[in-house]
Amino acid sequence: MVAKITVNNLSCRFGKSQSVKKLDLTVLENEILGIIGPSNSGKTTFLRALNRLNELHPHYKQQGEIFIDGKNILLEDPELLRKRVGMVFALPLSLPLSVVENVIYGPKRHGVKSKKELEELAERCLRSASLWEEVKDRLNGAALKLSGGQQQRLCLARTLAVEPEIILFDEPCSGLDPLSTAKVEETMVELKEKYTLVLVTNNVKQASRVCDRTAFFLMGELIEIDKTEKIFISPEDKRTEEYVTGRFG
Amino acid sequence: MMRRLGKIRDYAIEKMIFISGIAAIIFVILIFSFLVREGGSFFGEYDLKNFILGHFWYPASDPPRFGILPLIMGSLVIVLGAGILAVPLGVMAALYISEVAPKGLKDLLKAGVEMLAAIPSVVVGFVGMVTLVPFIKTAFNIPTGLTALSGCIMLAFMAMPTIVSISEDAINAVPWNYKEGALALGATKWQIMYRIILPAAAPGIIAAVMLGIGRVIGETMAVMMVTGNAAVIPSGFLEPVRTLTATIAAEMGETVRGSSHYKSLFAIGAVLFVITFIINFIADTYLHKNKEQ
Amino acid sequence: MDAKKSQKIAFGVLLATTLAVVLPVLFIIMIIIKEGITAINWRFLTTMPSNGMRSGGIFPAIVGTIYLVLLSVAIALPVGVMAAIYLNEYAKDNILTRIIKLSIVNLAGVPSVVYGLFGLGLFVIFLKFGVCLLSGALTLAIMELPVIITTSKEALSTVPLSFREVSLSLGVSRWQTIRYAVLPHALPGIMTGTILSISRIAGETAPILFTAAAFYLPRLPGSLFDQIMVLPYHLFIISTQIPNMPSKSTYGTALVLLILVLMMNFTAIVVRTYFRMNKKW
Repeated sequence: MVAKITVNNLSCRFGKSQSVKKLDLTVLENEILGIIGPSNSGKTTFLRALNRLNELHPHYKQQGEIFIDGKNILLEDPELLRKRVGMVFALPLSLPLSVVENVIYGPKRHGVKSKKELEELAERCLRSASLWEEVKDRLNGAALKLSGGQQQRLCLARTLAVEPEIILFDEPCSGLDPLSTAKVEETMVELKEKYTLVLVTNNVKQASRVCDRTAFFLMGELIEIDKTEKIFISPEDKRTEEYVTGRFG
Repeated sequence: MMRRLGKIRDYAIEKMIFISGIAAIIFVILIFSFLVREGGSFFGEYDLKNFILGHFWYPASDPPRFGILPLIMGSLVIVLGAGILAVPLGVMAALYISEVAPKGLKDLLKAGVEMLAAIPSVVVGFVGMVTLVPFIKTAFNIPTGLTALSGCIMLAFMAMPTIVSISEDAINAVPWNYKEGALALGATKWQIMYRIILPAAAPGIIAAVMLGIGRVIGETMAVMMVTGNAAVIPSGFLEPVRTLTATIAAEMGETVRGSSHYKSLFAIGAVLFVITFIINFIADTYLHKNKEQ
Repeated sequence: MDAKKSQKIAFGVLLATTLAVVLPVLFIIMIIIKEGITAINWRFLTTMPSNGMRSGGIFPAIVGTIYLVLLSVAIALPVGVMAAIYLNEYAKDNILTRIIKLSIVNLAGVPSVVYGLFGLGLFVIFLKFGVCLLSGALTLAIMELPVIITTSKEALSTVPLSFREVSLSLGVSRWQTIRYAVLPHALPGIMTGTILSISRIAGETAPILFTAAAFYLPRLPGSLFDQIMVLPYHLFIISTQIPNMPSKSTYGTALVLLILVLMMNFTAIVVRTYFRMNKKW
């Protein structure tokens, strides 16, 4: 397997509070890497370091390096980077536009003008996000009228529309009911054929269901990373075992 | 290629945004420098001390005398009188609107205050001229109703929207737990209002008063229409007075560009600018204090 | 005296003072409507003044006011909105930002007659525009800038941060994010603020005294460099400078000005309520 993302000695801090400490980690191509850990363990900060979204915070400081396909992302244009590294947020953040306008928001900004091309793209992405059948009759309806689960898949379709290579999921099912969650998880597994996925989740069971490998974060440090079965059945570290068996967190 | 173009366009737009961002600073500097440019050389011809402290404003006499003390006193009398009327009334109205009035009445009263802010100052001045001025003349049995008192009343009224709405914001900003804690101890609403809410909102209310005063000092048309415009040091509220602003508005049209008189009016403008700058600075400081609480 | 009773008295006094503040507003409006309504007819609104303004209509003053106000807002709006974008989207928490904010506060507090002096110094004399529509509009534009900046900034700050994050996470540039994910949703607030600033500017007299206003000019402006008649100034001169002015047309002028201003305020309120009710997020 080829390494897609390599993280060397990454530390992140917001003002005085350090949220990620000296992290080393590799994400492989076409895998789903799960990141679990109690809240405030630096999972989301780590994820947002990968598409340089942390930089929007005025007091953010970062040390260490992140390589994607062997290239240091800090030397890249952040806009090009973010096109390659898509993100699905914790809450379904549909823009107050129509369903189809949400999907083609990115491509339009990147200069795709042809109406036909955009329509085809929208359909393809909605299909990939397993949403097409549910919304094909109301493409021009308001995105915010969709259910939470549908909106989350719409956000996924919107991310797919800019043709990323990596998709970051930040607790994508935290606001969803079990049925919608199952649907989103199913979609994620389908996507790994073409994309590399990093999934931050509070839900340990979700990680065990969909992830190839799982990393356990605690207080900003990487405690353990291994095959998912290994993490859940015979982890090396006692803290990992306590967390996955639900003794704390 | 498209990306390159996009980058260039973004860069150009962001530069324009930055320039617009600092436009406010540029304009403040421009205003002051043009007041100085047109009025600065006045002090080569006339002594600053005689300007500020001179008792006589006779710009057309020979030699002309440019003492603005009567004008400063005129403005001061108006500010003082308007302040005495407007501050207690405005703060009480703000208290009533934000803490006592039921929802429907509250919206109605707020709309009334907003509407007052919308009425142009010439219209207020005109109505004052045809109603208040004759009323004061007969009520006090004086030769003319165009007096400092008329000006004070009109301006108290015009400062009201500023004082009421900013005080109201300050009162609303007092955290709920203050009020609930006291209510739980069995205090009546009124006791809470004057023992807890008023002191807590004090910095915001001071800011409101400062801004109201700034409004009064700067007001031009209404004050010119009802105060009689006599440039003498006032000895009471029932006499005509002339303010700094009214002097500029009334006399600029008659001056010759570049004459001492013309320059002196710009010098008065600079004085007004400095006064309002200080007032606004103080008000802003207090507003921030209120927010920090 | 027990606490309940003193509360009752206190509330009574507060109500009385509030009414003392608000009722005169109604009084002003009533008196102007009552005295002015008889003056208003088609001829009054659409003909030139004549006989030293004692008879005829106020058509050029109405047109002049509208030209002046529209031109000034056309100048101030782009600058004001961009300044608000700078402050809300780009500005860091530093000295420069603090100075900008202080400058805006001060710009809002500069007396209107001082704006008049400034306009005279810069536009009329230094830039040699002369006393004309353009000089007046530029002066008013600077004057309304603080209101437009403040309300636009407020409107921008109500757009959720997440809209920006979503757009940026798709690799969209910062300006494009503002243009397509932020600005459209701040538009109602910006519109409301702009209309309110227009209504304020429409009633201003002092800033145009030496920059744009003509005492008596019974024709319409032909270019940006013509002097104009303006309603508030017209009202000022006919109520103070013209002997034997029929009071009917003075009230009529005041009423027209009042209607113009209140109509704009009303429009702003309607826009605000409409968008609040249809708010999408």
